[in-house]
Amino acid sequence: MGGTIWQSMEQKGYSRREFLQFCAVAAAAAGLGKSAMAQVAEAFEKKEKPAVVWMHFQECTCCSESFIRSSHPIVADALLDVLSLNYTETLMAASGFQAEKSLSDTIANNKGKYIVLVEGAVPLKDEGVYCMVGGKTAEQILQTVARDAAAIVAWGSCASNGCVQAARPNPTGATPIAKLVSKPVINVPGCPPIADVMMGVVTHLLVLGEMPALDDQGRPKEFYGRRVHDTCYRRPNYDAGLFVEAWDDENARKGYCLYKMGCRGPVTYNACSVTKWNDGTSYPIQSGHGCIGCSEAGFWDNGPLYQHLASFPGFGVESTADTVGTVVGVATLAGVAAHAVVTNIRKHQVIAEVHTEDEKES
Amino acid sequence: MATRVVVDPVTRIEGHLRVEAVVENGVITDAYSAGTMVRGLEKILIGRDPRDAWAITERVCGVCTTVHALASVRSVEDALGVNVPPTAELIRNIMLTTQYVQDHVIHFYHLHALDWVDIVNPLKADPKKASELAQSFSQWDKNTPAYFTQVQDKIKAFAASGLGIFANGYWGHPAYKLPPEVNLIGVAHYLDALEWQKEVVKIHAVFGGKNPHPNYLVGGAPCSINTNEVAAINMERLNLVSQLIGQADEFVNQVYIPDLLAVASFYKDWANYGGGLHNYLCYGEFPTKGFAHPEAFKYARGAVLNRDLSTVYPVNPRDSQEIKEYIAHSWYDYSEGDQAGLHPWAGETNIHYMGPKPPFETLEGYNKYSFLKTPRWKDNAMEVGPLARLIVSYASGRADVKEVVDSTLAKLGVPVGALFSTLGRTAARGLDAALAMIWLKEFYGDLMERVKINEVSTFNGEKWEPKTWPVDAEGVGLVEAPRGSLAHWIKIHDGAIANYQLVVPTTWNGSPRDGKQQRSSFEASLIGTPVAKIEEPVEIIRTIHSFDPCLACAVHLYDPQGRHLHQISFE
Repeated sequence: MGGTIWQSMEQKGYSRREFLQFCAVAAAAAGLGKSAMAQVAEAFEKKEKPAVVWMHFQECTCCSESFIRSSHPIVADALLDVLSLNYTETLMAASGFQAEKSLSDTIANNKGKYIVLVEGAVPLKDEGVYCMVGGKTAEQILQTVARDAAAIVAWGSCASNGCVQAARPNPTGATPIAKLVSKPVINVPGCPPIADVMMGVVTHLLVLGEMPALDDQGRPKEFYGRRVHDTCYRRPNYDAGLFVEAWDDENARKGYCLYKMGCRGPVTYNACSVTKWNDGTSYPIQSGHGCIGCSEAGFWDNGPLYQHLASFPGFGVESTADTVGTVVGVATLAGVAAHAVVTNIRKHQVIAEVHTEDEKES
Repeated sequence: MATRVVVDPVTRIEGHLRVEAVVENGVITDAYSAGTMVRGLEKILIGRDPRDAWAITERVCGVCTTVHALASVRSVEDALGVNVPPTAELIRNIMLTTQYVQDHVIHFYHLHALDWVDIVNPLKADPKKASELAQSFSQWDKNTPAYFTQVQDKIKAFAASGLGIFANGYWGHPAYKLPPEVNLIGVAHYLDALEWQKEVVKIHAVFGGKNPHPNYLVGGAPCSINTNEVAAINMERLNLVSQLIGQADEFVNQVYIPDLLAVASFYKDWANYGGGLHNYLCYGEFPTKGFAHPEAFKYARGAVLNRDLSTVYPVNPRDSQEIKEYIAHSWYDYSEGDQAGLHPWAGETNIHYMGPKPPFETLEGYNKYSFLKTPRWKDNAMEVGPLARLIVSYASGRADVKEVVDSTLAKLGVPVGALFSTLGRTAARGLDAALAMIWLKEFYGDLMERVKINEVSTFNGEKWEPKTWPVDAEGVGLVEAPRGSLAHWIKIHDGAIANYQLVVPTTWNGSPRDGKQQRSSFEASLIGTPVAKIEEPVEIIRTIHSFDPCLACAVHLYDPQGRHLHQISFE
């Protein structure tokens, strides 16, 4: 894999100025300030296009589909100029023996230097026969590719936390990647993750040559540090007690808060309401449906989707307001109605709450 | 001498597929198609709220995103007797036609084209000639000499630094027959399609919040329309959809279809191979007067047997004698034994892996060899997918379908019989996209007419609350997914899912043979195909890819208790 990224762009006819602009976009995607420009440019100039392999286990390929929706950079530029994606069952030209050769060659020729991207969970039950590729189990393959990897990224909720096949009763013993390898794993959950977040994580690794800062669940803080609720443009409606009460009611047509319709925004850490989806086009709440919490571990078992969060953390402080006598039939609804009353009281507590809420969630 | 050729993984598909083909004297004489991954979603659905099933089943597949969600909400609405408001029906039609267009373009360029287009060969092309050629069959304004020179330079630089995802392809194989200029056009548009596909799915993001996996809703669509509100579907949002439809129309008709015909014209010999089965099934799609009126669907519902276009047989998914599933060669047990066939309502899902212990080299000698069950319609093996849709609607006399099919056959100068082949299947997918494009524009126009008169209700809430439901209910949701006929069967008891079953396109097409040794589509279509170099079996890949396999969808699910209630299989 000869040639630096700058050389390959130069060969394509990019000017130095365009190259620096590309670096600026990559830096923005990676969440860097302009002050880091020099560092990015240096990394791009010196590095070879890194070898990357993309493994597919128990998954639905929504992560691959999401990845190719990336808008900055577009995926064609990433594939041709930024990384050398040597194995991905969804897009690679080779099949069968030739495909396996691409994988084994990459491992042999890039020991300690290649990056493994994993889409899908690994079933452990019954000696792993519920996912086999090339006659080998997912776990056998994972251990082979992970051994000499420089970094491992778990794409999506399947690889990060098991997702749908790990929902109760997890019939095949679907297991997240981090539990199976001894190396640190960057978890990029979501069903799927947002395209530009995926590209942001990859470019963070490749451009900066370092692991992004991770939270205690192995998620990059860059994209999973804030709750959807806290950055949602409908949040003022929540604070004002303005809620959608039924699908397509007058309040829905005014774009009020979807909390009562089951929205999981308050307990979901993701970039949806900031980065948004599909080149910033929209995100679930903007299009009228609550967040289903698809990037949180165990979200499929967190109650029916349309039952709003009876145990919504953060309502503890309003419990006194509940008892003050708001006339609402259901206790949890009282919490919502009362919320508006006490919003001002609690605002200064928000930061401290995040921690106690996390504890309550777990 | 017979040689067993194993292709695993089959790439550029969704999911985990293994094909073992027996080649004698350069021709395939037998073939085995095996699905090698299972997830167990059926167990997970039992006991949950039926209104949540769309989200769980949507995760069956991210390539055919939306289609399981739609089948699911239709099954629940069928069970509960919910009529969806016409505006919501139009939004669903817009989302599904968008899916057809996006999915088929991705399939052609990113999953199938490399079977026909040599990615290395364009280095020999003359960009000026490529431009002249492209301009002779397309009005696409990017087809200039400068553009093709730029793409050629890109390939040159890329090849010099290793081929990445294109490494170890069958490049230079004698089966690749395109002149360098056509290869260059193909590669250029591969890159253009990769860039364009992310645009058209913004239509899903507008109405469903995201793609892949936009949101659906039992009883309608989750988005509200209000042309006097910034936080709803308003004119800005509708304008965006309109613009994206315009771009898609241009891409389909100025890039995809012209390229398809150009490539096909060099591979007419492939109209002789890969025909496979002679039976075709289609559930019908795109309701215009509600889902209860299939006679007003754009695609007709029915079955064609023995390639006899004079008769279209009615299809009833509720009839226990019509659709049955078999496990004679699948890794499952039935209480009535391996020869029994069960309607999905009475299905059993008792997984029993009987293959070799991994790692293994071959499935040869194993009577059971796949996690896919084997569905049959009236005990006939059926092909499903774009070709089946066209054939059933053609035989049903649908004028718009007939016109598109006949004019394309005339352009290629081939008879109707050419459709029954690998080439025909790939061409049919293009025509399916062209028709979906016409209907997408029509549905958008109809939606705007409704917005103009403020008929914007997107939700019927009569049966939203579980207290309005009967104790027991059952329903069927049918969808013509891009890959073919998809059905979800649901049984509801006391407000929860008691049983949920899916029979999906790749289960029809990619399943193992049945107890009577009737092959399903993949296996049948490989018989008789020549293989020039058994170590580089591009011919196998061409025919398998012509079906656009989706294995995540195709695999049946797992009930460790062996209860006889539930079974599930996925597209």
